[in-house]
Parts: sequence; structure tokens; C-alpha cells
Amino acid sequence: MSETSTLIAHQFDDAEQQRESSTLGMWIFLATEVMFFGGIFLGYIVYRSQYPIAFAAASNRLDIWLGLINTAVLICSSFTMVLAVYNAAAAQRRALQTNLLLTIVLGCVFLSIKLYEYHMKFEENLVPGASFAFPAPLAPAAEIFFSFYFAMTGMHAVHMVIGIGLLGGLLFRAGRGWYSPEYFTPVELVGLYWHFVDIVWIFLFPLLYLVGRHL
Amino acid sequence: MSAAQPPPRIHYLNVSYGIRSWLVTTDHKRIAWLYLLSITFFFVIGGLFAVFMRLELLTPEGDLVQADTYNKLFTLHGVTMVFFFLIPSIPAVLGNFLVPIMIGARDLAFPRLNLASWYIYTLGGAFTLAAAAAGGVDTGWTFYTPYSSIYSNTHVALTVVGIFITGFSSILTGLNFIVTIHKMRAPGMTWFRLPLFIWAHYATSIIFVLGTPVLAITLVLVALERLFHLGIFDPALGGDPILFQHLFWFYSHPAVYIMILPAMGVVSELIACFSRKRIFGYDFVAFASLAIAVIGFLVWGHHMFVSGQSVYASMVFSILSFLVAIPSAIKVFNWTATLYKGSVSYDAPMLYALGFIGLFTIGGLTGLFLATLGIDVHVHDTYFVIAHFHYIMVGGAVMGYLGGIHFWWPKMTGRTYPEGWARLAALIVFIGFNLTFFPQFLLGYLGMPRRYHAYPPEFQVLNVMSTAGASILGTGYVIPLIYLIWSLRYGAVAGANPWLAKGLEWQTSSPPPTDNFEITPLVTEEAYAYADAEGENDLPLRKPVDV
Repeated sequence: MSETSTLIAHQFDDAEQQRESSTLGMWIFLATEVMFFGGIFLGYIVYRSQYPIAFAAASNRLDIWLGLINTAVLICSSFTMVLAVYNAAAAQRRALQTNLLLTIVLGCVFLSIKLYEYHMKFEENLVPGASFAFPAPLAPAAEIFFSFYFAMTGMHAVHMVIGIGLLGGLLFRAGRGWYSPEYFTPVELVGLYWHFVDIVWIFLFPLLYLVGRHL
Repeated sequence: MSAAQPPPRIHYLNVSYGIRSWLVTTDHKRIAWLYLLSITFFFVIGGLFAVFMRLELLTPEGDLVQADTYNKLFTLHGVTMVFFFLIPSIPAVLGNFLVPIMIGARDLAFPRLNLASWYIYTLGGAFTLAAAAAGGVDTGWTFYTPYSSIYSNTHVALTVVGIFITGFSSILTGLNFIVTIHKMRAPGMTWFRLPLFIWAHYATSIIFVLGTPVLAITLVLVALERLFHLGIFDPALGGDPILFQHLFWFYSHPAVYIMILPAMGVVSELIACFSRKRIFGYDFVAFASLAIAVIGFLVWGHHMFVSGQSVYASMVFSILSFLVAIPSAIKVFNWTATLYKGSVSYDAPMLYALGFIGLFTIGGLTGLFLATLGIDVHVHDTYFVIAHFHYIMVGGAVMGYLGGIHFWWPKMTGRTYPEGWARLAALIVFIGFNLTFFPQFLLGYLGMPRRYHAYPPEFQVLNVMSTAGASILGTGYVIPLIYLIWSLRYGAVAGANPWLAKGLEWQTSSPPPTDNFEITPLVTEEAYAYADAEGENDLPLRKPVDV
């Protein structure tokens, strides 16, 4: 591994080939992520069409305001991420650090609110398992809804944690001056990943929180 | 060029020494060797499970092992062979070694990711071995719910985690190949000058990156269901076990194409070299690989004709399964047409390639039987299915793998293997294979179900034939293991191009230097330019090898 980050790895001919390869690699990775989440979205859709009433009733037990706040938090974090990429390209090191830090903080705010929600669901006996409690006829299907709720938001949270770790790495390296207008691919790629995780939430929020609100 | 110039003084094998230089290497050629050793290990383990199964099936009574043990044997045989041998076999060994060299690159696009994928594979393998050592798993390699998620008292979660982890090594390998093939081709190496081996690996990589994540999420849900009692696949809680089958086969049917497509790529190289001709209908063979990858994603429902799937869905899946036979047949016909008026020689790699064509044809045609709704009801879950997919996976994929290993062995090691022994082994493998699995078609047609350790006495003759064939097949696998290791030290020095073959990999020395080429090659001709338009050979015919 090279100490100076601007070096071109030995297998590449030039910086452009290196940047294009890394970007293509990230997009392919995101395609695999789409397929990964696609599997669980498929399961959700199947059961929602099978148990529409139970899903609507169970969805009403989620706190729409916390979900809404979290959506806003994530959108803001995507905005700071975009700014960070811009700062890296414009050689604004201080602003880059600030925006990376802001993105991390917003990500942590999201996770904290999510954790609080999990805690509330635990208090309300809405965690699938032996202690699950829901009005009788809808209970089994509602439990499936909450299985999906925890599996989907849990998987999303795991991706958030990984993203925050990556941002931490960027922040550390930005402090050491690794990134320049000639070389800021890592900032760009982590940005792509972060936006992807946001978009997953943009789908999760209506599917889980808003599905039954018309009732 | 041509025969037996001495190997270069410094090449990828001797550029550094010591176990550490191998464990931290980012050289795709060394990583190919790491994979070669690992998958050989798992092949032996998976083979041992099969030995016990075939021994049990010598007699109708369940006398060697209990039913429970037998269930674990076939499960572990399937899990190790599918996930830890067949899926990584050609892509991770030959693909890793050859993809960069064939396109004239110095390495894959992401060498460290490549090394990481081997460690991930090893970690996944360790989990699965731990599950096997702790008492095994008995669900079958298909992990059907609700048995796997609720009832089985074996180490399902541990095995599933192992497969989940290993899946990421597939994803990373596929990602690496796609980026490399897109971005790292040498000047002049246009898409339609690529060897068909590369097209096959490109198609395989698409399945890797789009299919494997679906298996990953499915296995996560099974593990969560076991650990936290979610009800997603549990009918008692309103869940649907059929949904598991849909998700599982959405990956696992394309996984069959992960195994066969790279083997088809190998066979294209072998047929061209040993017929001294350009592959007939190059474009069609290239696009057939992509067509198989795409259509292969749309046929998974043919595993579920008797699972309670809608009959209309079954009809659609049946038609789509027939469709996927078309690109496969295009390949078989084009290989055969390549042989026509070619200067065919019968070296060991070619024997494997010809064996592949015959066995793959049988495996493919019986696949059409199984895609037919009425016949499938009759032979579903019988030995007919076992025979069918072993003709594809062993008769196809393993034959392709062995042919490829022999063909590129001089390139990988700088030494030639003993040709006489190799031809003998190829013949033994072919005979042993057919004796093992052809009787299983008959057994299945007569109604013997799969996954039982005991059977009615009238099935014994065919089962004894199958077990006898398996021991011949096993011998055929052990012989190459011995002489290939022998050749590392005692084999004749190969020279850069012992087969007088076309392709960039034969233009560099054997073994290649770490950066593959002294100077980046400039590609000026089509793949397989063995003869010019008038049919005049621009390369001398090979002298027959002394056997």
C-alpha cells in the first residue's frame, strides 16, 4: 500500500483508468445491494398483498413523526455528503472535514432515534417472539409485519453503521491531506454508498410507516 | 516463439519466497494458486462424503450408516461441492489466473479485493467445516423451510452463515472481473477480439453480482428465523415456505450456470486450439453466454412444479426453461462445427473437451425432460434429477475444469504434465463417470427417490453399478492429483507456448512474470486466428506427442 495516495496502482495505466474502474466497481457493488434489499422487499410485498388489513393495522403502531424526522435527518446528511464531495474537488480541506463530520453526526442522530424506536416497540410488546402482543385476529400477520420491520430497518441500520465507519476513515485521511482535486475518488465513492443507503430508507419509510395511514 | 525456451529467471513463482509472501500476495496468479489449493481440499472432503453415500447404497438395507447420518452425508456433500468447490472452481482458479493475462492487463482491477475474496472464502469454509465437525447438518443443500428454520436439530445456522460469508467472495470476484474486462483491456483488444473464455466469465460474473445477494438475504432470513423466531417462512405463523423456495432458486438455478458457463469458456479455448481453427460462429457463442446468463434468471420456477405453485406460472417457467436450451445448443453445435475439417488432435485437454460436449448434451437434453410439466411430476425428486444435474455439474463443469487445468498447467507452472498418464486418466474419468451416473437415470425413471439410505431390493443391480463406477471415477481423479504434483518437479520444461496456441497468455513466458508482460501487448488480430481466410495455416501443425 502506498503512502502517498496520489500514486497510481501498478495495474493501472493512468489516473483516469483508475478512477473509472473504481467508480464502475462501486456501481456494480450498489447493484448487488439492490438485489440484496430486493429480496426482502419482495417478501414484504408478497405478505402485504396477502394480509393487507393486518399490515395496515400494524403499520399504525409505528411512530410516524419519528419516522418523518429520521427521513429529514437522512436527507440532510445526503446534502452534507454532496457538499463534502464538492469540497474535496475544490481543495477546501477544512470545509471537507466539517461536512464529513456533519454527515457522521446526522447518521448517528438517525441511529439514535432508530434505537429509541426499537426500545419503544420492545416496551409495547411488538417485538416478534414469545412476548409479542397484538389484538387477536390480526396477531400472526402483524407479527410478520414486525418481522419485516425489524429485519428491514435492522439491515438498513447495519449499512448505516458501515457507512459511518467509512466516513470516519475519510475524515481521518482528509485530516492528513490525502485528498486533492486530482484524487478524491474515495470521497466520491463513499458518497455514492451513503446516498444509496438513504434511498433504501426513502423506500422503507412509506412502505413501513405510511402504508396504513389512509385507514 | 515455439518450443522449450528456458523459463525466465524471475517469474511470479520465484519473485519472493516464504509462506508470508503467499498469504499477503496481491498477484492474481498467486491468488489463483491459493484458490486451487483450497478448492482441491474441499473437493476431497466433498468426495469423501460421496464415498460413504455410495458405500451405503451398495446394499438395499440401511446397514453402514443410520438414516440420520445419511441425511448429513448428502447435505454436506452437496454444500461442500456446490458452494466450496464448483462455484469457485473455474472462475476463482483459471479465471483469476487467466482473465488479466488474456486481455493483456497486469492484474485484476482490484488486487487487494481479490485477496480479500480468498480470505472471505476461507472464513466461510471454516464456518461450514466447523458445522460439519460439530455434528453436521441434515436439511439437504437446499435448506427448505420450515424444516431448516424450525424442525432440524442440526447446525443449520452455522452452515448458513458459512455460505452467506462465502457468497461475498463470489460477489467480489464477479465485480472484479466485470470491471477488469470493461476497463483494463490492452490496446486493440476490442470486445469481439476477446477470447470466448472471457465472454463466458463476463456472463458468469453478471450472475455472481446479481444472483448471490438474493441468496444472501434469503439465508439471513432463515438464520434470523431460527435465532429470533421470526415467522416469515413459518406456516404456523402465517408465513409461506414456498416463498423461501422462490428466493432460494432465484439464485440457485442461475448458480448452475455459474458452474457451466466458465466450463463452456474453457471448452471453446480447447476446441479451437486442438482443431487449429477459429471457433465457428464466434459471435453466436459469445452472445449465447450472455443469453444463458439472462434467461437463466427467469427459469427458477421449474424446481417448484410440484410445490403448489400456480399451474400457469409452471407453464411459463416450463417454456422459459425450454428457451434456455437454445443458446446452450448453439454452443454445442458451434463447437461440433468447429471440429469439421479441423486438424483435430487428441491431447488430454481435448479429450476432456470432447467428453464435455457429449456429457453436457446428455445432461442438457434430460434437463428438457425435467422442464416438461408432465414428466417432471413423474421423476421429480428421483435419481433421474440426481443423474441429470451430475451430468451438468460433474460431466460438464468438472470435465471443463480438468481440461482447463491440463491445458494451462504448463503456463501456470512452466512444466508439462505426462501426456500418456493424462490421456489415461481422462478416459478413466469418462468411463467411471458414465458408469456412476447413467444407471441413476434408470433408477430415477423406475421410481427410486433421492435422499434415502435404503431402497427396495430390485434396485440393487443398478446401484451396485453406480457404486462401482464411482470407485473408477475416484481413481480417475486421484491419478491427475499424483502426476500433476509429480510434474511440478520432474515435468519437462514447457516453454512459452507448448500447444502453439493463439491467445495473449501464450505470448508471455511460462511461468509469466509478476506483471504478466514485459511490454503491454498490442492486439492486431481476431481471437483464434489459427488460419487465414483461404484456410492456409499460419501456424505449423503440432507434431504428435509421444505417449
